[in-house]
Amino acid sequence: MRSWFQVLRPISSRARLVLGSMSFVLPILIWCVVSYVPFVWHPQMLVTDPGSVDYLQVGMRMDKAAFADAVKEANDEHKDPPKGYASNPIYLPAPHEVAASLYTAFITPPATLDGPWLHQSLWHSIQVIFWGFVISSILGVPIGIMCGTYAGFARLNEPFIEFFRYLPAPAFGALAVAILGIYDGPKITIIVIGTFFQQVLIIANTTRKLDVALVEAALTLGTKKLKLLSRVVIPGILPDLYRDQRILLGWAWTYLIVAELIGTSTGITFFITQNARYQHFATVYAAIMMIGIIGLGTDIALALLGKRLFPWDRTLDKSA
Amino acid sequence: MNKFVPLATLPSYLDQSTAVRERFTRLKSRDVILKVDKLSKVFSTPKGSTLALDNISFETHRREFVCVVGPSGCGKSTLVRILAGLEQHTSGDVLLEGKPVTEPGKDRGMVFQGYTLFPWLTVKKNVMFGLEINGSSRFEAEQQALQWLGLIGLEKFAEAYPHQLSGGMKQRVAIVRALANQPRILLMDEPFGALDAQTRCRMQAHLLEIWRKIDITIVFITHDLDEAIFLSDRILVLSAHPGEVQELIEVPVAHPRSTAQFISPEFLATKARLEELIHKGAAHGEAEDEGTYQMVTRLTNVADEVE
Repeated sequence: MRSWFQVLRPISSRARLVLGSMSFVLPILIWCVVSYVPFVWHPQMLVTDPGSVDYLQVGMRMDKAAFADAVKEANDEHKDPPKGYASNPIYLPAPHEVAASLYTAFITPPATLDGPWLHQSLWHSIQVIFWGFVISSILGVPIGIMCGTYAGFARLNEPFIEFFRYLPAPAFGALAVAILGIYDGPKITIIVIGTFFQQVLIIANTTRKLDVALVEAALTLGTKKLKLLSRVVIPGILPDLYRDQRILLGWAWTYLIVAELIGTSTGITFFITQNARYQHFATVYAAIMMIGIIGLGTDIALALLGKRLFPWDRTLDKSA
Repeated sequence: MNKFVPLATLPSYLDQSTAVRERFTRLKSRDVILKVDKLSKVFSTPKGSTLALDNISFETHRREFVCVVGPSGCGKSTLVRILAGLEQHTSGDVLLEGKPVTEPGKDRGMVFQGYTLFPWLTVKKNVMFGLEINGSSRFEAEQQALQWLGLIGLEKFAEAYPHQLSGGMKQRVAIVRALANQPRILLMDEPFGALDAQTRCRMQAHLLEIWRKIDITIVFITHDLDEAIFLSDRILVLSAHPGEVQELIEVPVAHPRSTAQFISPEFLATKARLEELIHKGAAHGEAEDEGTYQMVTRLTNVADEVE
């Protein structure tokens, strides 16, 4: 216990494992307590038997106070009181319901005939993210490296980029639809706008952090202009660049939902809004969790790949 | 010869034995590799300009080992960076075999104080770097790199990454990485400054060994006077604020050098002279920012007497 609070010290691998799983177990545990322990929260009553009260139906939820009033009223008139048990609002399903939905959401056919299945929705979203991120990177990575390497180039570009990155990407939604139509074009554009400007600045900064002594050493070995970029600057920043790209990919995901609302609603966003409309909240949670699982899964896979790609990188030891 | 010599009976550092004198005559008959003529460097900042180096002139002959010493702030690093072409001088000339130095080039190798091996390349590929950049084929570069690693006894580490090496090993690789390009002159900017005393001692012996085996002229920056005397043929002593040449000392210690010579009369005489020059330089240069000890308040409990 004491060893946890040593400043900037690594912890034992056992503690890492235990604490790492706790970071997931604890929130789930809190969720379980709120869901399964009747006297924790549970602000509503779920009606199992309306009794003599004609405005109640089986499966209805109502506030505890209103339910108590109904019971009292029925008792006062010596009629059959309604029965029910304490429950949470419909928007907080229990863990087992969401867990079941994680499976049933995939096998439930779409509500409308031409509607997409969950896996189709997810795949569509992944494609939008992928193209948005790829297009942003094709432009952003080289421009970022150039800005980081050449101060003049940075001065020419960065003030405008600094300004532009404060413009919220969704604000360009209507414009994007007007120019690119209602399908995937504007969605990808929103993700590009949301990612690109941050990407240039982050990568430029990473490039600037390269040890100048390495560049000077290369100069004294006879390295000239373009080779300096390709043989020293780029390999020198590659592990950090890779880490930046991982963070930026997460960034791109956060723009997904807004992007998918633009024009015609599609992908996982369409799936979520449809299910919310029919109050299938367990399925809504399941779909949101799918995004988290895909996101974290890709990041872990990329982190492991990074370790293989950059065996000389020392900063990896500290973080992962 | 190696017994303790009281300071009063030290010979003059100018006295040279016949062997040493003959060695200097031979050295000076060789071609001049590096000629620095009336070199000055002014740093311009928004607050005004400072004269870092003033009117520096000296010549270095082929296969000579020159050390540059001086109090901190005398611009010795600036001098070597100008020689490397990493910094531009304000006036004067730097001529390498008659050609003016304007930018970094493969004819001048450099070893830095910090570790500058490329962390993404293996030790072997680090040594191959300069060769490949300058147009050698991969095969040729690899053969030469392995040969150089053999010279410093690190063939076993050819496939290791720099982070797997100790500080001393890193600097040895950095030296051969610079030498692999076959530069005319090797510039070293306090290359052993970050190493512990024992490693530093071994590195000095290593360096002399390498220097003996190949045709290379070395300009070596250091603030360690013993290191300067142990390594060099001649020592260029600079003064601070601005950096000016105080004296170019011919080291009267005979070759080949060994650690036993650290207490020889010639060594001690040279050291005494260096101390004199440097402290004189430091006295007027740094007195204001060093502070004095006279007014230090006693910080221990008075009852806790150690004497």
